[in-house]
Amino acid sequence: MPREAFKNNEYIDQLVEELNATGANVVVGKFDELINWGVANSLWPLCFGTSCCAIEFMSLGAARYDMARFGFEVARNSPRQADYIMVQGTIVHRMASVLRRLYEQLAEPKYVIACGGCAVSGGPFKNSYCVLPGVDKIIPVDVYVPGCPPRPEAMFYGLMQLQRKIKVQKFFGGVNRKEKIDQFFAQHPEQEGQIG
Amino acid sequence: MSDLKNNILKVYPDATFEEGDNLLLVVAEDKWLSVANDLKNKLGFDVLSALVGMDWKDSLGVIYYLTSTSHDWQVLAVKVLAQGDRDNAFIHSVSSLWKVANFQEREAYDLVGIKFIGHPDMRRFFLRNDWVGHPLRKDYDANPDLNPIRLTDEEHEDDTRSFQLDENGKVVEVPGKVFEADDYVVNIGPQHPSTHGVMRFRTAIDGEIVKKVDVVSGYIHRGIEKLCEGLTYPQTLHFTDRMDYMSAHQNRHCLCMCIEKALGIEVPRRAQVIRTMMDELMRISSHLLSFGCTAMDLGATTAFFYGFREREMVLDIFEKTCGARMSMNYNVIGGVIADIHPDFVKDVKEFVRIMPSRLKEYHTVFSGNIIAKNRLVGVGMLSKEDAINYDITGPSGRGSNWSCDCRKKHPYAAYDMVQFDEVLLDGCDSYSRYMVRMKEIEQSCRILEQLVDQIPEGDIRAQVPKMIKLPAGRWYQQVEASRGTFGVYIESTGEKNPYRVHFQSPCFNLVGVMDLTCKGNMIADLITIGAALDFVIPDIDR
Repeated sequence: MPREAFKNNEYIDQLVEELNATGANVVVGKFDELINWGVANSLWPLCFGTSCCAIEFMSLGAARYDMARFGFEVARNSPRQADYIMVQGTIVHRMASVLRRLYEQLAEPKYVIACGGCAVSGGPFKNSYCVLPGVDKIIPVDVYVPGCPPRPEAMFYGLMQLQRKIKVQKFFGGVNRKEKIDQFFAQHPEQEGQIG
Repeated sequence: MSDLKNNILKVYPDATFEEGDNLLLVVAEDKWLSVANDLKNKLGFDVLSALVGMDWKDSLGVIYYLTSTSHDWQVLAVKVLAQGDRDNAFIHSVSSLWKVANFQEREAYDLVGIKFIGHPDMRRFFLRNDWVGHPLRKDYDANPDLNPIRLTDEEHEDDTRSFQLDENGKVVEVPGKVFEADDYVVNIGPQHPSTHGVMRFRTAIDGEIVKKVDVVSGYIHRGIEKLCEGLTYPQTLHFTDRMDYMSAHQNRHCLCMCIEKALGIEVPRRAQVIRTMMDELMRISSHLLSFGCTAMDLGATTAFFYGFREREMVLDIFEKTCGARMSMNYNVIGGVIADIHPDFVKDVKEFVRIMPSRLKEYHTVFSGNIIAKNRLVGVGMLSKEDAINYDITGPSGRGSNWSCDCRKKHPYAAYDMVQFDEVLLDGCDSYSRYMVRMKEIEQSCRILEQLVDQIPEGDIRAQVPKMIKLPAGRWYQQVEASRGTFGVYIESTGEKNPYRVHFQSPCFNLVGVMDLTCKGNMIADLITIGAALDFVIPDIDR
């Protein structure tokens, strides 16, 4: 897909700017590029579907949409082997602690896609007594994919945006993702203290 | 209906009734257990179709919907008011008479806060065990400080309780344990690829043999019933598409029918036929997904691709007419939201033409496969009596030879004008349940074939008032969804939003037999039994 076909290009530009501002070592930079190319093209998702979006994600895996073209097809059942969580469906209070734990069990570098209205904001169930108004309340989110459920094409778009994001990040030194996650937890202190 | 009334009056000369959509028998709480016994054993009400926990502000209570399989699927509603004050409201449990009441009473305890005397395992069902309050009560305090997003694990998961009455008529709590002290418990879920969603089974095993399955639900409980109370009737419709997303059309059809019944709206014939066709397409799509998932749970990944290939054809038909692949939001009160796409007839004909040959392919690839047979035949036995007692409807019930198809028992929409067979198999095992689904695809194609050339001309929607207000009263409506009988209960006080909406989902009952069907089987078979029962978790949790 050409660059103009993507939205939110400013965000990627900003990441590139940050990258350039801190100055990239030529050798490390090349390694970064190589590793990011590898990571971006073999993103293994964690099977994590709570409702309707999960069925659309299964369509992604089936023959017509065939996500194997992008290297997304190796859906893992253990968070230890996965690169990212695609949160497909509503997260309710009872599930929140499970999701947070799964996120913490993912190996670095790890990413989160909030897929569908419920994961983005609570969707049609926002006003309920036990629904989380968006998963970004408990875990940091990299890409938001709206829709109820999003079409498979929309899911691909979200996944490709994640690829673009990965390709401009620093793997060695520099921007430390771990730090960012610590920042996120610092902003949500009441929740961090409660992790069992 | 008057026959039924007379029969009840013969047994209980001083019985009181309320007229309405269904005959409603009012029973005093202290007599309820003996009345329930008579209703089941003398009057033949062997199915407990729905159990609705109610809060009428000045009193709490339960509405039971009973169905008699022997008397032409007669339906009787029973209203029981709880005894005691609001903090200690109680009703005697009927879970020993109708086993299906086990989980349903737990749900009512969880959401309305009625304690069921004599229930063996009175834990919360959907909400965390440290939840404060009962959400479906009208005076529920929704303050988020009371129930913040807790990121700690739930404690004391093994503790349960039952309630008994002492000699003074006071409710006493008797603590208990879910498992025995020396049970070896394996946790399966909620994040597990083969539980078909976020369901959790705590399984006690003896070697490889399952001793007990404790179902822990609520990992996707979104509180739809409470949300409905704050919305107008047309606004409530979209939730039905998101409960059992594989029965989206049927569920929405049911809620629309229930509202139409209350308003006395006559739905145009064209809309009826379109609805019927959409229901059947949805059923095919659901059974194809079920086929694919069953195969995948057994490790046959290729069969999954076959199932999805045909399912995409159905989704294309939906997309052209409804504008979405899933969550179609197609039925509206009075009819359907848009007319069918010009290609609809052509596409359906093409699909019906192709499907039989594809089914043959499935049978060659998977149904006759020795591994599939070894894993499914004779596994997860469920007798007909148990199916009735646990109210296991749909393909799973019909795999136990229980004739329970709503489309035949009380035809709705255009089902009275088509010929089709109710598929019944008597294997009572996982394989029968699987085969019923495959044969139902054939029958659904047969229905589509008959209807596709006879879509009558006319309106697609009846005239409905701008502001929909249901008269005061209560209504119950059932349809045959992909996984069994789906029921909607609406109670109205004459306002523009419902006083209480209850969805009786088929999967809720399906998961209730997991313990029964898995006991004595290998732990590896738990997954295949679950796959053959084919429950959808958001339908259970709502």
